Amino acid sequence: MLATDATPQLTWDLARDVHQLFEFHFMVNAFRAGTVVAVVAAAIGWFVVLRQQTFAGHTLSVVGFPGAAGAIWLGVSATYGYFAFCIAAALVIALVPRGRGRAFSEESAVIGTIQAFALACGFLFASLYSGFLNGIDSLLFGSFLGITDGQVLTLLVVGAGALAVLIVIGRPLLFASVDADVASARGIPVRVLSVVFLVVLGVAVAEASQITGSLLVFALLVVPAAAAQRITSRPVVGFVGAIGLGLVITWLGLGLSYYADYPVGFWTTTVAFAIFLGAEIASRATRAALAARRPSPTVVGP
Amino acid sequence: MTDDEPAVIRIRGAEVRLAHKTVWRHVDLDVGPGQFVAILGPNGVGKSTLLKAVLGLVPLAAGTAEVLGLPAGSANHEIGYLPQRRSFDPSLRIRGVDIVRLGLDGDRWGIPLPGRASRDARRRVGELLELVGATAYATRPIGECSGGEQQRLLIAQALARRPRLLLLDEPLDSLDLPNQASVAALVARICRDEDVTVLIVAHDVNPILGYLDRVVYLGGGGAITGDPETVINSENLTRLYGAPIEVLRTSTGRIVVVGQPESPTYHPDLAHHHDHPHVGH
Repeated sequence: MLATDATPQLTWDLARDVHQLFEFHFMVNAFRAGTVVAVVAAAIGWFVVLRQQTFAGHTLSVVGFPGAAGAIWLGVSATYGYFAFCIAAALVIALVPRGRGRAFSEESAVIGTIQAFALACGFLFASLYSGFLNGIDSLLFGSFLGITDGQVLTLLVVGAGALAVLIVIGRPLLFASVDADVASARGIPVRVLSVVFLVVLGVAVAEASQITGSLLVFALLVVPAAAAQRITSRPVVGFVGAIGLGLVITWLGLGLSYYADYPVGFWTTTVAFAIFLGAEIASRATRAALAARRPSPTVVGP
Repeated sequence: MTDDEPAVIRIRGAEVRLAHKTVWRHVDLDVGPGQFVAILGPNGVGKSTLLKAVLGLVPLAAGTAEVLGLPAGSANHEIGYLPQRRSFDPSLRIRGVDIVRLGLDGDRWGIPLPGRASRDARRRVGELLELVGATAYATRPIGECSGGEQQRLLIAQALARRPRLLLLDEPLDSLDLPNQASVAALVARICRDEDVTVLIVAHDVNPILGYLDRVVYLGGGGAITGDPETVINSENLTRLYGAPIEVLRTSTGRIVVVGQPESPTYHPDLAHHHDHPHVGH
């Protein structure tokens, strides 16, 4: 993975290891970008898990791949390709009416078809670009090499914008996600919120893709929130917890791939998987313990 | 509020058409403050549609509907509404207390900041949970609560902003008999103690029969309104449907309606059979 002459050695002295980690500017930028992406993806992912829209998240990430490959082929930064394709695809999904039952399965077939075509187009664009060494690997499975200061700034500005929108619409969005009928009777613009949320989701997916690659986006988008919601059903704790777990996954993933010579996508996904597994076991154990001594009379504030 | 308070609901000659078909017409309804009123009838006669007309979510093709002294739809901030539903997804990781809190301030933009407003909100949610008897399970994820527990939490949510009118769409549906009885008793108690007018949709009148001030019986494209004893009898329902209907009383006072079509569709070309299906009240 690394092109440096001397492969960094883990000394097990935390201060020295961390210092060594930030010795190179590309690594500093990787951490900067990773931190921004982890926060944005986990925050938006919390709503994705609550709204059960992981399928939409996957579709957006697959569509991002030809965007990034096409951008590189045209000589533009992959960042713009991800953003343009993910946000455009989010708008298309938002405009397709959502149905249930038979209508939904037809829609799934359409989306599956589009996913296959998107992957094929990405493959074509990557092949057309002749100087594209290992390009497909890093677009599909992630890379932290060569992130420029400008890219970090773009990620930060766009991510902060998406988070600001999420904070403004957060409460009505929660209401609409949990109980759309009552929310709309209360005058909440449920349909508009779902369109806005899909665009925000497109931004989150585009950001996460740049660290994890198109195929491993779930490691930062879905896993932190899924793990947090297994541990707690308190919205604020779960939301903040998801962001915390996202940061742990990203930082550990980057650190491990720096010292151990395996790709960053593998490490982030592995850390994410371990955290999810731990949360699942913890939640089952807690539930079993609670069931043993129910009814529990304690009432805790929100 | 003044002494000569306007009727909570006042509907005159209302007709609703959906997809070019009349759902019902000639519907008149008066509901006074603090009354407990049921909308009855078999599946598919437009009971939920009547609630939506009260909310102004369904336009009237004819007639008028005034709610809390304003045209339907203009006073919705003073209405608590509980739509018909299946239960929450078992995997939904949101606590009952959060569901109730959403009823209080879930439509506000931005995030709640700590402070006095937040403390007041928490206290109000605590009151509501106590009112419906949900305190014991309010911190459990709502998906893990039973149907009766979910229904109590949703009633608390609908009451959060002290509405003057509560619209409940089949709140007893899919509950077992003891839960039907206890949720019905809860709604009746709220109606009495909290001075809330209740309009409830039900396809079985028996769990709420003892509490009702008035019923609206929908069927055959029209409606009969009045007090339960005079409306629900063989003669009225036979006239309403234009087909023989028998109303039986069991020894325990339960009402059994025999012979009503389960899903009647209104055929305009047959309308002359029951030209004036509504009966004065």
